[in-house]
Amino acid sequence: MSEKLLFADIDEPGLNTLEVYERRGGYDSLRKALAMDPQDVLGELESSALRGRGGAGFQMGKKVSFLPKGSMEKYLVCNADESEPGTFKDRELMQKNPHLLIEGMVIASYAAGADRSFIYIRGEYVLQADVLEAALAEARGAGYVGQDILGSGHSLSLVLHRGAGAYICGEETGLLDSLEGKRGNPRLKPPFPANQGLYQGPTLINNVETLCTVPVIMRIGGAQYAELGVETSTGTKLVSISGQVQRPGNYEITLGTSSREIIYGLAGGPPEGRDVKCWFPGGSSSPVLTAAELDVPYDFDSLAKAGTMLGSGAIIVVDDSTPILDVALKVARFYRHESCGKCTPCREGTNWTVKMLERIERGEATPMDLEIMASVQEHIIGNCLCVLGDAMAMPIASIIAKFKDELEEHMESARLRPPSVLVSA
Amino acid sequence: MSAYASGWDRPADLQKGPAGIPDPQSTEVPAELRAEIEGHMANYPDSRSATLPALEAAQRLHGWCSPEALEQVACVMGVTPAYLEAVATFYDMLETSPVGRHSIYVCTNISCSLRGADALYEAVREAAAGEPEEFNVRAFECLGACDLAPMASVDGVYVGPLEIEDVPRMLEDARSGRPVLADKQLATRLVADPQANSREFPPHGLQEASRG
Repeated sequence: MSEKLLFADIDEPGLNTLEVYERRGGYDSLRKALAMDPQDVLGELESSALRGRGGAGFQMGKKVSFLPKGSMEKYLVCNADESEPGTFKDRELMQKNPHLLIEGMVIASYAAGADRSFIYIRGEYVLQADVLEAALAEARGAGYVGQDILGSGHSLSLVLHRGAGAYICGEETGLLDSLEGKRGNPRLKPPFPANQGLYQGPTLINNVETLCTVPVIMRIGGAQYAELGVETSTGTKLVSISGQVQRPGNYEITLGTSSREIIYGLAGGPPEGRDVKCWFPGGSSSPVLTAAELDVPYDFDSLAKAGTMLGSGAIIVVDDSTPILDVALKVARFYRHESCGKCTPCREGTNWTVKMLERIERGEATPMDLEIMASVQEHIIGNCLCVLGDAMAMPIASIIAKFKDELEEHMESARLRPPSVLVSA
Repeated sequence: MSAYASGWDRPADLQKGPAGIPDPQSTEVPAELRAEIEGHMANYPDSRSATLPALEAAQRLHGWCSPEALEQVACVMGVTPAYLEAVATFYDMLETSPVGRHSIYVCTNISCSLRGADALYEAVREAAAGEPEEFNVRAFECLGACDLAPMASVDGVYVGPLEIEDVPRMLEDARSGRPVLADKQLATRLVADPQANSREFPPHGLQEASRG
């Protein structure tokens, strides 16, 4: 049904070793790329129209081309801090096919002219980091990473850097600060990392899945890759489906597949006898869609048109047995905990949103609170250094707009509960 | 121990000036820890980038980021303890007060909570309540394993989907150093996409606990 580019035979025993990876044609894409001019490698990436798989969906080839030309030290950083709630695709790639990521990084560094690179992996991914470490040692031994790679004159150092548990470090400038050994506070943009990133040098930052797609593009050609999917969303995408579905997990789909097909066809839909109440199309920071919006094609622009986003490709399904207030509270509390506290709208906005939701839960809210809460969200969006605050404001605003009746009902029934219950709750 | 028992969450002593970079002459640093930190420092153009791996190494040795641990890291890296304290308090996996030997992170984020994670967390907490020196039970933010929901990370080993009945065995496995819930480890699972593999492959091997 859907072509498997990243997941083809991913469970083959030993795929994480160099021997099996090479037997399956691994590092052939690197040889092909190193025989080409870096500009032509970049050309392939651009013609593939590959959009970043981490959340923002920016075209990867364009991002590479933004790096300044010249002989200054440039850096390539792989964002493996996968921490958007609902997302677990990079985990599967790194654990089972680590050489694919390493090969992608060497090719990308060649196109970008970078000779130092880092993988910033979240500290919780112990197994995946250990697997990558072992694969890196093999790749260094075989001359795929290090000085004068395969006699091409291109050199690349690659260091695996383990984080220590902070959602905000998945934000690219927070990640850079963390990689420099500081608290992971986001930076003001511009300057963008392409100009001033790691150690103030030009830096290319890409998600694991994006970099893993690079060897695939080199193998089949950028133009061929662009044939897959739909016009503005090319190729295949790993989708992590979780929540109240029968078969949660990672699936590789062709972009543009109907969301209903993914949620019901692949993941089996909600448990027997229940229906979809709402679903997050791109991690918990994306505005929710309802059951009436299940036929939206799953690609960047169709989801944007529906008022939400593809994000990291993480679908979270909530069925009709779950009160919407519980969902809103979970989401808001998470972002309150993870706000770094640097920008006031985010630090205060996440805190007050949680407090107002708790007032609804306790039956102390008035109908006006929903309007105030909605306006708080408006004041967060676009007013901070990074999008963490927006990441709470967008889903909460959409929940208030789409489930106003249910929230009001909850408010009223909580208000009418006998006082004794209120005290103990 | 008692002086550290309250961790870092205490008022600063304003009578004293902030501590400077520890004196290498008078600060004793275990040789292995020093070697590991220096190894990390050599990996980066700016040695301060080694802060997180260095703190992680010190925590592994001392059990938490104690004042003594920070002093040793600060000495090797040539930074002030306050700098390290500022970093350590930012990250969830760096402990700024003494904790139990085995870390058990129960994911309570949205995908896990939709599948019963809150009740699971309560059950784990209750079961481990009598042994604060043995277990460090924490409700954690999304651990990136929503396909195993509800799940937990036991000394770095991901297990799930968990049921309340699994809790005693999970704690017993951790306590005795056995592979934790061998039949429920993420490491052994095949991908969910039924069309990813062109033929049938056997499940993968177990993962050993990384510490404890």
